Parts: sequence; C-alpha cells; structure tokens
Amino acid sequence: MIHFLIHDKKDSVGVAVVEGIKAGQDLTGWLMEDDSTVNVKAITDIPIGHKVTIKPLKNGDTVWKYGFDIGKAIADIKVGEHLHVHNVKTKRW
Amino acid sequence: MAVVNSKTTFWGYRRENGRVGVRNQVIILPLDDLSNAACEAVAHNIKGTIAVQHPYGRLQFGADLELHFRTLIGAGCNPNVAAVVVIGIEEEWTNRIVEAIAKTGKPVTGFGIELHGDHDTIHRASKVAKQYVQWASELRRVECPISDLWVSTKCGESDTTSGCGANPTVGNAFDKLDPLGVTMCFGETTEITGGEHIVADRCATPEVRAAFMKMFDRYQEVIERHKTSDLSDSQPTKGNIAGGLTTIEEKALGNIQKIGHKCEVVGVLDKAEMPTKPGLWFMDSSSAAAEMVTLCAASGYVVHFFPTGQGNVIGNPIIPVIKLCANPRTVRTMSEHVDHDCSGLLQREKNLDQTGDELLEIMLRTCNGRLTAAEALGHNEFVMTRLYESA
Repeated sequence: MIHFLIHDKKDSVGVAVVEGIKAGQDLTGWLMEDDSTVNVKAITDIPIGHKVTIKPLKNGDTVWKYGFDIGKAIADIKVGEHLHVHNVKTKRW
Repeated sequence: MAVVNSKTTFWGYRRENGRVGVRNQVIILPLDDLSNAACEAVAHNIKGTIAVQHPYGRLQFGADLELHFRTLIGAGCNPNVAAVVVIGIEEEWTNRIVEAIAKTGKPVTGFGIELHGDHDTIHRASKVAKQYVQWASELRRVECPISDLWVSTKCGESDTTSGCGANPTVGNAFDKLDPLGVTMCFGETTEITGGEHIVADRCATPEVRAAFMKMFDRYQEVIERHKTSDLSDSQPTKGNIAGGLTTIEEKALGNIQKIGHKCEVVGVLDKAEMPTKPGLWFMDSSSAAAEMVTLCAASGYVVHFFPTGQGNVIGNPIIPVIKLCANPRTVRTMSEHVDHDCSGLLQREKNLDQTGDELLEIMLRTCNGRLTAAEALGHNEFVMTRLYESA
C-alpha cells in the first residue's frame, strides 16, 4: 500500500494519498521519478493531500517539490513531520 | 491502439462560418445588467433557450469596455451557439453586438428596451426566439475530423492531488491532441507564478516567449500595485490550503502539469481573443474558475477540461465543462460532480497514459452530445472579467 508519493528525487516532501495518517505510523512512499520506494515514520498526523517531510530542513532552507523550489522553511522541520503553511512560506510577493 | 489519431471523428454542428460546435444553444444575451430581467423572461417563455445573465455593461470605458464587448460578441459567435437574441437598454450598443455576431452568418436579432419597455421587448424578442429555437432543433450533427475541435483547460479548487493526478492527465491528453491539429488553450496568469520559466521554455519562438513574459510581468505589477500584504490570503486559496497546497510556487508547478510534456506554446492571447491557428495557446486570464472558463467560451473554445482536487462545481452556459479528479475523498463525497475519476493514479493502479485515454474517450462522448455532470446539474456560471472600475 502506498501512503504518499514523491515526484522527484530532489524533493524534500511527499504527498499523502490516503486518508487518516496518524503520528507514529510507518509510511511507504512511491518515488515516481524512478519507481522506487521510500519509508518514513510519521511524527505528526498528515491529512490526505498534505505533505510529509522526507528530508530534514533548517529554518530558511529551500523546500523542493517536482524538483523545483516551492518556498522556504520558517522553522526547523523534522523527517516525518507535517509540512504546510505553519512552517513554510512563499518566496514570492 | 490510441483513443485518438488523425482519423478520429466526432459528431458536431458545422456552423455557417465553417467552425464546429458540440452544443446547439439558442442564447438570450443581455448587453447589460438592466436587460437581465427581459432576457430571463424570454428564456422562461421559450423552452430550449437560455438567458446568459451577467451584472455589467454600463459606463465602462477604454480597454475594460472593449473586453466587455469582446466577451459578449465572442460568446455569441461561439459555434456551440446556433442563434442569438440580444437585448440591451439602448439600441446603439445592442446593434454593435448584433452586427459582430452576424458576421459568422448565424441568425441574430437585437432589441433595445428604451421607447418600448420590458413588456413589448419581451413580446417581440420571444417571437424571434421561438423561431430560432424551432429552426435550431432541426439542425443535425455531422461527422467532423478531430482537427475541428477547440479544447480549453483550467483547474480549480486544486489540491496536491491535482498536481499528482488530474492535471497531468489533462497534460497527457493535450500531448495526444496536439499533433492532430486540435486548437487548445490554458491560462491563469497568477497561477503560473513560480513556474513561469517552465512555460517560457515551452514557447515555440523567441517572439512568443517575449509576449508571454510581457503578460506575466504585467500581472506581477498589478499585484505589486494592489496588494495589501502579500497574496497569501488569496493565493493559494483557503480551499487550496485545506487541500494541502502551501505556496503559490507549489500550486503553479501543479497547475502547469496541464500542458503536458510535448506541446509547444504557439502563441499568446489577450482575454477573450480568438486564436488564429491550431496548437496550444496561453491566454492572459484570471485564475478564478468562472471568469477563465467564460473567457475560453468567448475565445471560441467548444469543450473544456476542468481538473479539480477539493471539488469545484463549475459549469458554463456556452461550453460543456468536463471535470476530472484524483482525490479519492472528493470522488467519494462529491461524486455527482465528477465526470472522470482518475484517483487510481495515486495508488499506482493506473498510469497517466490510461487516465489520459479515458479522458479523451469522455471528451469524444461529450462532444457527441453526452451531457456533463455540470450540465445535468444545471451549472451555468457566466462571469465577465473586469479590468477596473466604471466611469
């Protein structure tokens, strides 16, 4: 079963594709670029469609998705943590 | 065997000017806000007609007024429309719309309310609308090559599943339609922000690239001029954020999946401007769903792909809007709005080639006459884009 998917090897995050992921759950991810598998333990709940961090990020680091820059971390973010508007902001506007 | 190839045909209505429609609407088109009531009354009197109501048309000026006319004239000229009754508060601007639509060769008549009042106008317009709808009801679909199709796309209530599933499905379909001479369009100028370099790199010539960047930069200036803090309260939308989209860059990169991997951008269009050759066009446009789909209708597109994540319910009176969704929760909770469920993509049960082919099958069935979910549910959102305040 696939819990999350990752677009590109460079990405910092995966996208939850099942409902109801809970903190402590072992997750299996599908890296679409090379069809490989990535395993992560969730340390927070992750709603469907939301992002789970798969590489550790420091405050100010660039967040990568689709192999591109999607914004910057505004806090340190751990692997398995929910990554969203509370810890990441746009670099535009 | 591919779902579409150069021999693929569909059954459409070939209009007087050679363009092909997939619907056979008789529309009652108000010039302005004041004429909505009369248009609604005519559409109520004459079954099978539809009043295309909107709230504008008085004391606009300059480029904003030109866009108003271009949108209404484009909607009337769209080949999904068989015939048009135009009603305006006064005759001069009403006739401007009538004369422009008449160039297509389709039946069109205008009525000014001043010196007549609503009762007399409704009476006379209803007589004409009745003749039109009976005439249109005898028109027959004919077999047309797929190269006669004009297909537009815009996504809405997007979430991360749009970027993973529904948008790349449209991209796969566009990559298959492009070599067949289909005319296509995408837009949403703000929602390219963060991915503008990708679109720029897909432009067919340096001239197209320069024209695209000019439109993109112009809109960034509008944002700089009008924003109060940043656009984070609007882009991504609250619905997007609920769906997991965090920044405009992330939304844009998902959005751009709709243009596939192969299509080149052959040109750029101003709002409601008509393309002049086949291929993929970028239209400078708002990212608000109903505004963008209305502009596509005004540009002459006849069928629309609308990927959604959290579940947008939009329809349009001129063009059928085909919705596709890869979010399994939305497909479950809002199934009546979804024409194509591509959630299998997210569990590796299907690949993009399959979901793209399935979308093309639904497109052909829709073009042949099958009603979309939005049509069956009566969604008729016609929303005009305004550029600035009235005089």
